[in-house]
Amino acid sequence: MERLIYLKDVVSLDLDAEKCVGCGMCLLVCPHEVFYKNNGSVGIQNRDACMECGACAKNCAAEAISVNSGVGCAAAVINAALGRQNASCCCIDDSQDSPSAQPGGSTCC
Amino acid sequence: MSLPSLEQPFVVGSIPSGAGNLPRVSDSMTWADRLGAYKARWGIGRMHYTVDPGLYALGEPDAEAPVLVTANYKMSFDLLRVAFSGRDAWILVLDTAGINVWCAAGKGTFGTEELARRVESSELAKVVTHRKLILPQLAGPGVEAHRVKKLTGFEVIYGPIRALDLPAFQDNGWKATPKMRLKAFPVRERLALIPMELVPALKGTAVVLFVLVLLSGLLGPGGFWKNILDHGLFTIPAILAALLTGTVLTPLLLPWLPGRAFSTKGLVIGLIGAAIIVISREGSLASWAGRLEGLAWFFLIPAITAYLAMNFTGSSTYTSLSGVRKEMRWAVPVEIGAGLAGLGLWVSSLFLA
Ligand code: SF4
Ligand code: SF4
Repeated sequence: MERLIYLKDVVSLDLDAEKCVGCGMCLLVCPHEVFYKNNGSVGIQNRDACMECGACAKNCAAEAISVNSGVGCAAAVINAALGRQNASCCCIDDSQDSPSAQPGGSTCC
Repeated sequence: MSLPSLEQPFVVGSIPSGAGNLPRVSDSMTWADRLGAYKARWGIGRMHYTVDPGLYALGEPDAEAPVLVTANYKMSFDLLRVAFSGRDAWILVLDTAGINVWCAAGKGTFGTEELARRVESSELAKVVTHRKLILPQLAGPGVEAHRVKKLTGFEVIYGPIRALDLPAFQDNGWKATPKMRLKAFPVRERLALIPMELVPALKGTAVVLFVLVLLSGLLGPGGFWKNILDHGLFTIPAILAALLTGTVLTPLLLPWLPGRAFSTKGLVIGLIGAAIIVISREGSLASWAGRLEGLAWFFLIPAITAYLAMNFTGSSTYTSLSGVRKEMRWAVPVEIGAGLAGLGLWVSSLFLA
């Protein structure tokens, strides 16, 4: 399966190794295998794969992770720039690419 | 506290529990469920595609049965009950205003507060003896597991990304494999998103076409209708080419289009589309006016395609906000510039004709 990676060297993700207690929670929630764990120490292995969803920072009880989270959606950026309320943004469902179930279905929220 | 209604079409009975008679849900989809999903995909009445929040039973769950948490977007709920068919579980549905898990987590409606509130109001602690909640992994952007534990006493366990992997996740002792944790963007999923891109773009397309056809009639060398016949009608296949390259081919060919920025991918496929459209027009390059018009399409089509491709970032599953901002800093001026240049060339070609 091809691995899609967005722009290089742009994401705002940061991990403070001093604060990290190696609980591994960030590895569980990250949908893009951005972190690695090696002998109890956790680090970033795949920064460019990060989509800034913020799940890792939210679930790090030690507050070792910082990231400017948001949805990478051009329509939302345009709406915000135009000062529109309810900046609409499309994002994909937690979709099931199963043959039997209906494919995911995304929602403009 | 109010229990979810028993009058919902997927409810097949009720089951007594420590928190009263809870609705038992079917573990299969009816044709009505499928039709509803289809309509939701094409944007027909999507806003009301919800189920009641609260606690439901799937199969014959007892006090030890797992608790699976999901959003009250009906498609998320349907996928879950079907994926876990033949097994017993409690399903806790959060009120996300009918929005799917990932999107709602990003907005915070599938979040710590709502989860804690729903655990409380459903009296979950009276229904099960264990203190564990299975959440979809993609709820992560909204939920702070450690705070949920503090607020409710329940431990959050992040399950697989896809509901489909839940049985394997259970059989594996509630442990996800690395593959279950990776959000891929396979062609099947990109295909399913095409209507979401195509349908909203139709309106703008119609407006652009109307304006171009009208301009051709007014500004061309001959009479109004002859102008439309000679110059206006060709805008239809040309603009449709831009629409299709931007909303169908870009999602479909995404991994194989060059460049990382979506606008780059759009520019490339737009240029190819323009080449095909211009070359396939008989005698188009015979006159100076024709050549100028052909050139106009080499600006207009890629500009539109790149813009539509850029908008696909919102539906993709791997673009970051920082990245999108960086892309837009150059892409928006390029798209507007190319669009205006194309329009100028096209209008000039009318005067020259
Ligand atoms: S969640 Fe935080 S503390 Fe735990 S491993 Fe990740 S960075 Fe370290
Ligand atoms: S922000 Fe999201 S994608 Fe980026 S590292 Fe954290 S969990 Fe992974």
